[in-house]
Amino acid sequence: MVRRFLGLLLLTALVGCATTGGNPHDPLEGYNRAMFSFNEGVDNAIIKPVASGYKAVMPEIARTGVTNFFSNLRDVWIGVNNILQGKVGAGASDFGRFAINSTIGILGLFDIASNAGFEKHNEDFGQTLGRWGVGSGAYVMLPILGPSSVRDGLSLLAVDWHGDPLWYVSNIPTRSELIVVRAVDSRANLLDASRLAEEAALDHYAYVRDAYLQRRRSLIYDGNPPPEPESAKTSESGDSKDAAARAGTELPPAHITTQWGERIITAADEELTPAKEFSEAPAQPVAASQEAAGVTGSVYEPKIPFNYEALLAVSGEVRTGLAQTSQRP
Amino acid sequence: MKLFFALCFSFFAAAVSAQDLAPDAQVKKITDEVIGIIKQDQDIRAGNQKKINELVDAKVLPHFNFSHMTALAVGRNWPKASAEQQKALTSEFRTLLVRTYSSALSTYKNQVIEVKPLRAAAGDADVTVRTQVKQPGTEPVSIDYSMEKTPSGWKVYDVVVGGVSLVTNYRETFNAEIRDGGVDGLIKSLASKNGSLETQAGSKPK
Repeated sequence: MVRRFLGLLLLTALVGCATTGGNPHDPLEGYNRAMFSFNEGVDNAIIKPVASGYKAVMPEIARTGVTNFFSNLRDVWIGVNNILQGKVGAGASDFGRFAINSTIGILGLFDIASNAGFEKHNEDFGQTLGRWGVGSGAYVMLPILGPSSVRDGLSLLAVDWHGDPLWYVSNIPTRSELIVVRAVDSRANLLDASRLAEEAALDHYAYVRDAYLQRRRSLIYDGNPPPEPESAKTSESGDSKDAAARAGTELPPAHITTQWGERIITAADEELTPAKEFSEAPAQPVAASQEAAGVTGSVYEPKIPFNYEALLAVSGEVRTGLAQTSQRP
Repeated sequence: MKLFFALCFSFFAAAVSAQDLAPDAQVKKITDEVIGIIKQDQDIRAGNQKKINELVDAKVLPHFNFSHMTALAVGRNWPKASAEQQKALTSEFRTLLVRTYSSALSTYKNQVIEVKPLRAAAGDADVTVRTQVKQPGTEPVSIDYSMEKTPSGWKVYDVVVGGVSLVTNYRETFNAEIRDGGVDGLIKSLASKNGSLETQAGSKPK
């Protein structure tokens, strides 16, 4: 609860201090660049040295085991998101992965399932929202957590952690240790990558940002995004603000409880208008408040999954959040 | 989120060699060849930059169309640049790309690369060859090569790793540079970036 409010407060504050940058996807560039430097400072001072030490001390086979262990725990939430997106087969495969790796793979230390043909997927709630047609909103650099967007950041802070098994470890010191080990391990896996990105980039900040935006778009379409219209890349269009406009003005408030499962049940009693979001004319006039806040969205083609009614309710929390951040505080 | 970068640059090397092969067969041939060499050569895996550069020069670079790549990265400002400026841009951009990707080759770690069968009509002169890099524990990373038919065979003009085009990812930066300092400003920035990487490589033999 507290966490969610912090997230909302943070993002609201960020949107409030929008600056006039050149990139339509990055109206918060001034703030984002400052946070990027801060993150780099923390990374150089603490996180990178610890990760390098970890990589140097731990034998590779042990590090692979650690990576696999945490990767296995994530498969459940990945499966849930696949099912929320209507990809039942992929979701079932993710649960299959978890079952195989947790048993034959000895608590997930070995990734037997990949070799058995169950491919690892990459899903999270931000992608699920994107799949449902919610625009990404402005690009946001989160403290420590790194590149994100209004949609993805809210999803991460408000929803995804509910699907993270580590947060259900009741012993707090153990939980903290696990979270730290996981963070160090994932940073260690990225040491080469971050060095390469730094070498490749003319402007490190912009390179990371543009790669993030391309990457997220690709992930939402599972690697087959439709070609991006040239206008969306180079200039602001009415369409690209569509999602933000909808989030701000059109969406009904949804009943919210803390567990995602409960939310579905609560929502079943409500009257839902499933096709509403999709049947609206795409180019709504953009309200002045969104204009001022500088919230932009990428153009996604909405798709209606078969389980849309339940999905609409689950997304209520985040969509309400989006509506709040798209208005000036 | 940057995990895909780790794998990505390593396989930039998957270019084409024989001119008469179909594009997907060419990608497969070169990938196998380059990976085979890296697997056997301990110097390369330890990061011997000279050897890596030789490998890239011999096996990979001939199959890339750098002027097309540069035009794609620069985007709408490309026609506004003079012929000399275009030449200078291409040369600097090429140096930057080659250096980065060569440096990435040493991060290769036994990943399996699968080249998917090409889906294109017989007469197509512009195709995308899709490959997947598989490594247990992480999701497969896709590396797609945009290739065009030229008189001297199929040439790669874009590499898309995990959905990120390594070429167009520069476009926003290049636009901003040109807005601020003109085409010459961008050439200067690229040159100074290459210069600083040169210095780094000199001081830190890696």
